[in-house]
Amino acid sequence: MSGFLDTVIYTATTLLKIVLVMVPLILSVAYLTLAERRVIGSMQTRIGPNRVGPFGLFQPFADVFKLLVKEVIVPTNASRFLFLTAPVLSLAPALAAWAVIPFFDGGAIADVNAGLLYVLAMTSIGVYGVIIAGWASNSKYAFLGAMRSAAQIVAYEIAMGFALIGVLMLAGSLNLSEIVRGQSGGFFHWYLIPLFPLAVVYFISGVAETNRAPFDVAEGESEIVAGFHVDYSGMAFALFFLAEYANMIMIAALTAILFLGGWMSPIDGVGDGIWWFLGKTAFVLFLFLWLRATFPRYRYDQIMRLGWKVFIPVTIVWIAVVGFAIWFEIGPWFQQRA
Amino acid sequence: MLPTQTFGEGRLVSFEIVVFYVFAAIVVFSAFRVITVNNPVFAAMFLVLTFFTCAAIWMLLEAEFLAVTLVLVYVGAVMVLFLFVVMMLDVNVVPMKEGFVKYLPVGLLVGAVMLVEMVFLITQRYFRNESFPPPERVAADYSNTEALGRVLYSDYLFQFEIAAIILLVAIVAAIALTMRRRPETKYQRPAQQIDINKADRVRVVSMPSSAPAGAPTRVDHSGGQS
Repeated sequence: MSGFLDTVIYTATTLLKIVLVMVPLILSVAYLTLAERRVIGSMQTRIGPNRVGPFGLFQPFADVFKLLVKEVIVPTNASRFLFLTAPVLSLAPALAAWAVIPFFDGGAIADVNAGLLYVLAMTSIGVYGVIIAGWASNSKYAFLGAMRSAAQIVAYEIAMGFALIGVLMLAGSLNLSEIVRGQSGGFFHWYLIPLFPLAVVYFISGVAETNRAPFDVAEGESEIVAGFHVDYSGMAFALFFLAEYANMIMIAALTAILFLGGWMSPIDGVGDGIWWFLGKTAFVLFLFLWLRATFPRYRYDQIMRLGWKVFIPVTIVWIAVVGFAIWFEIGPWFQQRA
Repeated sequence: MLPTQTFGEGRLVSFEIVVFYVFAAIVVFSAFRVITVNNPVFAAMFLVLTFFTCAAIWMLLEAEFLAVTLVLVYVGAVMVLFLFVVMMLDVNVVPMKEGFVKYLPVGLLVGAVMLVEMVFLITQRYFRNESFPPPERVAADYSNTEALGRVLYSDYLFQFEIAAIILLVAIVAAIALTMRRRPETKYQRPAQQIDINKADRVRVVSMPSSAPAGAPTRVDHSGGQS
């Protein structure tokens, strides 16, 4: 009987952990939309939303309620089942990937060995939401958006995977907590420094993976109106929105974990904790917004060129450099491997 | 990650078996739908479901590296490209159904041959269930990935390298087959585009500022501030 009780307790604590991650995540998505509008507003010398609540702090809730009460319209010739499944296919992997993220030392829902691989696999499934949405809408704009996005995501996934290989070589583990522990010892031991080119490639590929500006040709408001989700309204649209922002926070969190030392403080041993992780994630998210406010949209063939002909060669060269550095045990970063 | 020690031995096995049969049922069902469903896009999606559930079954086998790689490579990349192509094709469903009765005997024959072959293989001495004792349970911190890497880069290095060379040749061949020099295509050369000076593109012309004849003369009252 005690075995049964243990199972119940185990299941309950796991569910509690999931709630503890999901609720703050969804709240951060809500406030990220507000932050985006306010930050970009400031960068463009506008004010941004400031009417609902103090400093516009209740604006996200107003947006959510508006989307909740709107009608979900299914186009006449759409494939109804896939049309309504697509937002779920988009959101579910974006949330599932958070299972292995270590927020602080020992603070992950599931501290699995192949954590990094799991995150890559989950984020790569997210593309189905986009493709299926584009196809099921039965509209040429949506379909064009889906095609662009599929090619773009597959292309940048390769550069992203290659960028991660450098991290794996240094950390010697696929476990995200191990990767963070491998960066202990203050700012100069973060992988950002020895793997700087890979960190840049990873971050830019992350921006491309999440279809954010300047790589947002999948939505391309000025040419294909809104791309794959042009026919979605109400909550179905909100789910895509939620997935995009959850993925954005995911990429930011991963950048913080893989290259910026996760929960580690920049000064060795001084106040390590979840606040450093959150702060670094917020900083990378700010870079996302900054990029969006600064750069014009890439042309489609330029995106492909950047992914295939620039990023992949850069990562391959740097992987070779890291390999040599580990072999000859150069510098302070490449000696710690057993 | 489940607290295995608290389960009775028999109950743990039975729970695993329940999970296995649920996933196996999904795999068989979706694999069947891949070939029976009319719409090719639905067929591709059912294939995705098959791969994904197979990965779950591999997880039960404690082969987490292979399971996640299956999702990453087949679901995340191969099937995306597959779906990409299937969506581009203008497949007409009606003509596809036409030859069903005509091809049915051939299909049944091929299916029967494959079934007989598999039955022969599985009932053989070398592949029977008794020849394969269930693998020993490993501790939770056992790294499947590391074990696989050690074997691949030591015992099976030669085979691994051969596979790599074959893949490389395949890549080169595929590119060589699709690369056609078409003189009418216009290319951009970004290196050339950025390799310019201001003098190449811009010519500053100094002209006397004067109003065209007959035009009303504008008087600037703003004092230079507009």
